[in-house]
Amino acid sequence: MSLAQAVPGPGSMQLDGSRRSGVACRIIPRLDIKAPQGLVKGIQLEGFRKIGDPAEHAVRYYEQGADELIYMDVVASLYERNSLEELVSATAKHIFIPLTVGGGVRKVDDIYRLLRAGADKVAINTAAVRRPGLIEEAARIFGSQCIVLSVEAKRQGAGWEAYTDNGRERTGLDAIEWVKRGCDLGAGEVLITSVDKEGTRKGFDADLIAAVAPRVRVPLVASGGPGSIADIEAAFRCGVDAVALASILHYKTETISTIKEGLRERGLEVRP
Amino acid sequence: MSPRVVVVDYGVGNLHSVRNAFHRAGAEVEISSDPETVRNAARLVLPGVGAFADAMRELSTRALVEAVKDHIKTGRPFLGICVGMQLLLTESTEFGRHAGLGVIPGTVEKIPDDGVKVPHVGWSAIAPPRGTTWEGTPLRDLESDRPMVYFVHSYNAVPSNDADRLADASYGSVRICAGVRRDNVFGFQFHPEKSGPVGLQIVQKFLTT
Repeated sequence: MSLAQAVPGPGSMQLDGSRRSGVACRIIPRLDIKAPQGLVKGIQLEGFRKIGDPAEHAVRYYEQGADELIYMDVVASLYERNSLEELVSATAKHIFIPLTVGGGVRKVDDIYRLLRAGADKVAINTAAVRRPGLIEEAARIFGSQCIVLSVEAKRQGAGWEAYTDNGRERTGLDAIEWVKRGCDLGAGEVLITSVDKEGTRKGFDADLIAAVAPRVRVPLVASGGPGSIADIEAAFRCGVDAVALASILHYKTETISTIKEGLRERGLEVRP
Repeated sequence: MSPRVVVVDYGVGNLHSVRNAFHRAGAEVEISSDPETVRNAARLVLPGVGAFADAMRELSTRALVEAVKDHIKTGRPFLGICVGMQLLLTESTEFGRHAGLGVIPGTVEKIPDDGVKVPHVGWSAIAPPRGTTWEGTPLRDLESDRPMVYFVHSYNAVPSNDADRLADASYGSVRICAGVRRDNVFGFQFHPEKSGPVGLQIVQKFLTT
């Protein structure tokens, strides 16, 4: 394998491929949920179209070999609520992989309730921007491994600005700086979504991933834009630890098995 | 009759996941913080996430330290998961030095961040240490000969005796102690309840070990 093709492997801080970490590339279906309990998919986080029943999709993806799942309540922040508890507790009985839940997590009590319902991690965006101390407080109470900083990044000149409320509200924060700050505050994982690419199936925002990956010492999950196995491979070669997938799976362009098979053929380690 | 399992409730960890996994494997699960129930359990499971010292303190304030040790002395099957496994060792260096249950001689130490991210999060393959087999343990006869299981931890057990090591994983250049065993006592650093079908098989095999 030439150096240009070498893969650092998730978990590695060395992006030149000099060391394989021994951790598999994680494939994470991302299920955007719009109450009452519909699985939806938008384009650039807007114009949500109904796909089907989230619980059915969750179980199917688990059976196909998903390494984790993400449930995201896409209207929670707008209506100031989180309605996913029931869905979480109903599906946690059938799905034996880690589950991240986000959307509308505003306070410690919300985190407590979601973890009690069966979530393993919670993703926080809007509330963390409003009050960064929430990340610190939550990490102290529940442990960093539970707290995922969710960042919606939109191209702004030479860099990216962090957005909240599913790409609706500007924050004025530089997305890369915000990721670093969130990690310093105790976030144990970062989910970065490109608002520009989200739902387009034209590939991840490679520049964004390349800018973020070397600057986080916690696992990085890339979201937004993949339409092919080659797009997913490219993200792993940029140093992400996991990819969150929506359209490519929901619209059945690929299945988790075909993606894993494709990545294995390209020299990446995946869980069988 | 369904096998019966007691899961220790000491305010630490996601008990529901553990309960769901044992249910799926066909067990009757009781979640308890009562020392007598813990002491007399047919099979005992000690889960745990978070910091070692916090976990030890929570066990202690509920008078569960002696109860867990008494259970282990009976020779009935015991399983520690994640921090629940780490507590089996002599001591941990997480936020100062803290004594553990001392069932397995050794220490719990921070994973060196030698070119890898800490915590170690994700799916890694486990294997028996050289010259050993998984015969007679919950890892016997798994469908995969290179099972991958889910880890999330920043600290790593370092048993003093190689004989107490049940499973190893590699993370960068670090030898991760993925499992320990001594007689009736088993411990997993990974989360079998979050490790998909292979994890459920491991849970199921603990019920018949």
